[in-house]
Amino acid sequence: MDVSQYLEIFLDETNEHLQSLNTQILALEQDPENMDTINEIFRAAHSLKGMAGTMGYKRMQNLTHDMENVFSEVRNGNIKVNADMIDVLFQCLDALEEYNTTIRESSDEGTNDNSALIKRLNDIMNGGSAPEAKEEAPAAKPAQAPASAGGALHGIKLNESQQSVLSEAIKEGKNVYGLTVKVQESCVLKAARAFLVFKAIEETSEIIVSDPSSQDIEDEKFDLTFSLVVVSDAGLDEILTASRSVSEIEDVTGDVLKLEDVNAGVASDEPSGAAEVPAETAPETPAATPAAPEKAAPAAAQPAAQNHAPAQTNAPAAKKTANKPVVNRTVRVDIEKLDTLMNLVSELIIAKNSLVSASAMSGNSSQAVNEQIEYLESVTTSLHESVMKVRMVPIESTVNKFPRMVRDLQKKLGKKMELYMSGEETELDRTVVDQIGDPLMHLLRNSADHGLESAEVRKQRGKPEVGSIFLDAYQDGNNVVIEVRDDGNGIDTEAVKNKAIERGVITPEQGEAMSEKEIIGLLFNAGFSTAKVVSDVSGRGVGLDVVKSMIESLSGEVEVKSKLGEGSTWTIRLPLTLAIIQALMVEIGDEKYAIALGSIQTIEDIPPADVKLVQAKEVIQLRDLVIPLIRLNEILDVPSGKNPEDNLVVVVVKKGDKMAGLVVDELIGQQEIVIKSLGKYISKCKIISGATVLGDGEVALILDANALI
Amino acid sequence: MSEANALIDELRPVGETTQFIVIRLGDEQYGIDIKYIDNIVRMQHITRVPKVDDYLKGVINLRGEVIPVMSIRIKMGLEPDVETKSSRIIILKLEQQGTIGVIVDEVKEVVTLENERIEKVAYDSKDEKANFLCGVGKSEGGLISLLDLNAVVLENV
Repeated sequence: MDVSQYLEIFLDETNEHLQSLNTQILALEQDPENMDTINEIFRAAHSLKGMAGTMGYKRMQNLTHDMENVFSEVRNGNIKVNADMIDVLFQCLDALEEYNTTIRESSDEGTNDNSALIKRLNDIMNGGSAPEAKEEAPAAKPAQAPASAGGALHGIKLNESQQSVLSEAIKEGKNVYGLTVKVQESCVLKAARAFLVFKAIEETSEIIVSDPSSQDIEDEKFDLTFSLVVVSDAGLDEILTASRSVSEIEDVTGDVLKLEDVNAGVASDEPSGAAEVPAETAPETPAATPAAPEKAAPAAAQPAAQNHAPAQTNAPAAKKTANKPVVNRTVRVDIEKLDTLMNLVSELIIAKNSLVSASAMSGNSSQAVNEQIEYLESVTTSLHESVMKVRMVPIESTVNKFPRMVRDLQKKLGKKMELYMSGEETELDRTVVDQIGDPLMHLLRNSADHGLESAEVRKQRGKPEVGSIFLDAYQDGNNVVIEVRDDGNGIDTEAVKNKAIERGVITPEQGEAMSEKEIIGLLFNAGFSTAKVVSDVSGRGVGLDVVKSMIESLSGEVEVKSKLGEGSTWTIRLPLTLAIIQALMVEIGDEKYAIALGSIQTIEDIPPADVKLVQAKEVIQLRDLVIPLIRLNEILDVPSGKNPEDNLVVVVVKKGDKMAGLVVDELIGQQEIVIKSLGKYISKCKIISGATVLGDGEVALILDANALI
Repeated sequence: MSEANALIDELRPVGETTQFIVIRLGDEQYGIDIKYIDNIVRMQHITRVPKVDDYLKGVINLRGEVIPVMSIRIKMGLEPDVETKSSRIIILKLEQQGTIGVIVDEVKEVVTLENERIEKVAYDSKDEKANFLCGVGKSEGGLISLLDLNAVVLENV
């Protein structure tokens, strides 16, 4: 079979599954008994195995197969999760990731068998499971599932009113059935199938209760199975046939409920003795489930030991599905196609701008034309917003790998630390999300290595032994802010200063004159590391300058605040969008420039007399703030077209907590502009961040307010 | 001519030709290899970019793309450009620098030169202009200096 066309999908999905495994195994380490997590892991491993098998990647399949076996044993309670096992599992994930990378590069899985890993997996299995344990294990845990209802009730718990309805029905001679419906794994619209099953059943019967609730089923908050209790005049076979006739339903099993069963459903402590094992407990061998309806009644005689399994897995499954987000309908789109779309939208906006200026120029535009232009304007704006939204993805995909990284760092550095993340759902342009990973990783490593103290030191200082690193993301106006914070030692400015002097970055005299902030800024210089020992975590001195330049290349900025002994906060500020911004158009001499609206605070009209000189620099005073003036005509080498006696037009811009007043000749107005790069060839000019094409076809340059301050 | 060059010339298949666009800068004619030329556009408003080398005249809008434009004259140390009706901007597509426009006084014609009629020029550090040439071609219209585009667009250090 030619599977090459599925390769992309395979790679993407493998990545997703690996990520999910990483997260889940981390969770498992914290809470080794959690059945939800184990089930989730099992499912991801199982899907991986299936996918690798389909694509013909035998080695990958073997490894996942053995992983799956281990999880299966864990799930059956035959082996316990321990630290050693978690380590092996993580190594397996790394190996899988390696396969994935190799496949991405060469569409071949390579020749690494990872036999050592497979052997360790098998050791874990053999060490932990005796063959007969399989039968005994579920029986050993009845106490853990006190809520288990009678098997015939298919794990459904009844409340009193439901119980009385059912008891009534049975007394009246109607039939009461417990049903479990299993949807095929490949089914896409589970809720729709469930709905059809409901409808088919409702033709002959009345549905009293379902598990999960019918609302949850509608919202697709269920796995592959759901259970029902129905009252009907019809026979069990008739109902089963009707519901099985719905396509994509793998199986429907049912039992006749007797009065005792119904009562047992409420007084649920006592395990009642009627059940078959629903298919879900044995996903590897669904066909082997003794679930045929004919057998349902005799199945009541099966040992009580087995019927805990369904109840046990049912209850946590319901809990887990509740917090699992509703599955989104998505289409995978090549990022290049989105870029093309974005470019076309940009062109459209330029064309719209031209139309606006053309109609303004001709002067005799009718009202109808103006109305249409306004309409066009609102359409292009919405179009732009929609395209931007399409390109936005949560930063989750990038930050999800960090908990795992911090765990590894913890072992490597021998420090205790915990990573707390918030705002993973914050959205950013896809290109930014792709590139923000490395800088963030640098900062986290930096916090872990340089920031946090060792456990002993922390104890001495009266801090909790486990250091905390926080990663918070949130949207702030047109920016997205990502903060990396730790409660470690903070930055020792003296040490930084001495190091800088030692390295010859600054002279001792300069060092004396520098403010704390400036000294911290030195950290972003190339080749600067204060770690006394070079470790493989950080300390090669290539970290922070790379972080800074990467973030600046995304038109963002990075700031540090630090307090010695209490920790540091690194703040990354990124623009929401890179391609189209709202800007203020200004005129200086006969040239037009754009200033991003996001950086503008206010616009002021200042009489020349109000300009004061402080240290030979022009400043203005604005609401108790002293703001330095920057005469753009001098910086840009344009003769100003303005009379020096006239009032100054000052655009006050802000970068972090620094402000500056840009003096311009004339304000033209606000405009939506499409940012175009000036290209590599003109990269020397730092104060220009790009160019844009105006409505009349002319090019206007975009001033970088950040570089001016 | 060096021995190596002679060898290369001998190895060149006889009869192979290269096309050049002949342009005028002042009184002299120069040839630009046609394979680098993307487009030729009329002179238009060039937006000045501050704080860059003076031979970089600024940027233009070429169908929505922002393209840097440079003056060969200034780069070669000639008189600054005087814009006339025949002035053109030649848009070059280069591997390293990307798309760049160069200003010329006039675009005259396209010539096809047989490769054996192209002669290498000896490197002469005294003549600044010669640093920008990669050869001289002989055609019916006289001698054409062939521009070495990589040298022309190379950034001044």
